Amino acid sequence: MKRNGRTVLIALEIATPFVLVTLYALWAAPRDSFFFPPLGEILAALRADWFGERILSDIWPSIRRILLGFSLSAILAVGLGFALGLSRRARIATAPLVEFFRALPPPALLPLTILVLGVGDVAKVLLIALVCLFPILQNTIAGITGIDPTLRETARMYGITRRGELLHVVLPGALPAIFAGLRTSLSLAVIMMVISEFVAASNGIGFGIWQAKRLFDIPLMWSGIIILGILGYILNMALLQIESRVLAWHRGARKAAE
Amino acid sequence: MLAVEQLGRDFGAVRAIAEISVTFEPDRFTCIVGPSGCGKTTLLKCISGLLPPSRGRVTLHGRPVTRPPREMALVFQDYSRSLFPWMTVRDNVAFPLRKRRDLDAAALRELVEESLAAVGLSDAIGRYPWQLSGGMQQRTAIARAIAYQPEILLMDEPFASVDAQTRADLEDLILAIRRRYSMTVVFVTHDIDESVYLGDRVVVLGPPPTQVKEVLEVGLPAERDQITTKKDPEFLRLRSHVFANIMNREEQG
Ligand SMILES: Nc1ncnc2c1ncn2[C@@H]1O[C@H](COP(=O)(O)OP(=O)(O)OP(=O)(O)O)[C@@H](O)[C@H]1O
Ligand SMILES: [Mg+2]
Repeated sequence: MKRNGRTVLIALEIATPFVLVTLYALWAAPRDSFFFPPLGEILAALRADWFGERILSDIWPSIRRILLGFSLSAILAVGLGFALGLSRRARIATAPLVEFFRALPPPALLPLTILVLGVGDVAKVLLIALVCLFPILQNTIAGITGIDPTLRETARMYGITRRGELLHVVLPGALPAIFAGLRTSLSLAVIMMVISEFVAASNGIGFGIWQAKRLFDIPLMWSGIIILGILGYILNMALLQIESRVLAWHRGARKAAE
Repeated sequence: MLAVEQLGRDFGAVRAIAEISVTFEPDRFTCIVGPSGCGKTTLLKCISGLLPPSRGRVTLHGRPVTRPPREMALVFQDYSRSLFPWMTVRDNVAFPLRKRRDLDAAALRELVEESLAAVGLSDAIGRYPWQLSGGMQQRTAIARAIAYQPEILLMDEPFASVDAQTRADLEDLILAIRRRYSMTVVFVTHDIDESVYLGDRVVVLGPPPTQVKEVLEVGLPAERDQITTKKDPEFLRLRSHVFANIMNREEQG
């Protein structure tokens, strides 16, 4: 029964995109509309351009920006989150700042970073890192402060060193929350990559889409959008895979608690 | 020797423990019994060095206890919350031993397995805490404490949230462990029968602001049995005595 349910869900997940794409193909084919070109043209652009030389010239630079910015922010945010999560004072002192940045719509920072950092790769990576920082930071803090005090008392009782406590008690205890922050930030990273490439860039997927729009190469534009969707999906899947490995215990514990 | 000297503890304006003085002789089993909220957990946390007292002090072999000493292990009241959910039963028991230089890998393994065997959990060694029943979780916490090889074992209402059958089993398990490893045991409970059944001595606490109401020697034979001991006239006398004392009633008969 349960097994069957799972199979149905997976089948649905695969079938739905196919149905939608087929519907689009059927709908667009006879129309020959300029803005909604036939599926064949979009796929041709996908194959010829995106899976051609653009893999190196546009897709890779975008992926690199995302991964660099995201990793940088993950390292900084988890480190900073530890410092703030462990000190009530530091937490109270920085709370307004963290809340402010978290509430700010991320693209609002774009003009500022262009002014201050320019439009190069470094500026894009730093913008992505800056925007990704706050969700991870906030979740790390919440994860650390949310750890059951009994666990930390147990570590103290049994003479665990401060280092051992941080590494084997605080970090694993906060990890479920940290991953929640990472998931939020990863989608923000993709958004910021695209926006920054729209506004000022000489390569990248966002740049490619924008350029295609300017040249009225609508199939190319559409295929760029599809590439973005696929990229976002793959990145998210990769993160979920890592998470399910690292947090196998957490899933089990949550199921057991139900 | 472990001594609690005029110990008091406040929480803000609330005086949880007024003043408690009591000493714990080596190898003796002392039960501390008192009504809910009278400060039993607070007392144990002060004894173990997890919580600084507001007044007085705790000394171990004459030295004041300011942080958890190597000689003590504590089994927490919320056992399920004191097991690390990301560690297997084996790792939970082995975790406090990771800095033991006197143990090589084989000796450490043996110690962990022996401790788990002593509480009857050999089969669950590879499982996670959330895959265990309440009684098994509690036994894991006990195994962790005995693997630590403490001189003094502190237990905070360890059997409060398991069913009656499991509870009786665990009580006998503790008595067996106590015979096998020589340890000073300080056992907190709010169950009067349990305190008399297990202890060599029962310390009765009053309601807050808490003081020691009475210290009773338990004149029962060292070997205890769930059925015969609980029918022993001495057992019955002691339990009604403690009961009357806690309920603040004059003893009848
Ligand atoms: N961290 C704390 N902050 C404030 N008050 C506390 C704290 N810990 C305990 N108290 C108070 O101190 C008193 C004693 O609490 P304690 O937990 O030691 O009682 P207990 O005898 O262990 O109770 P129980 O039998 O329910 O476990 C209670 O009134 C409690 O509200
Ligand atoms: Mg308590």
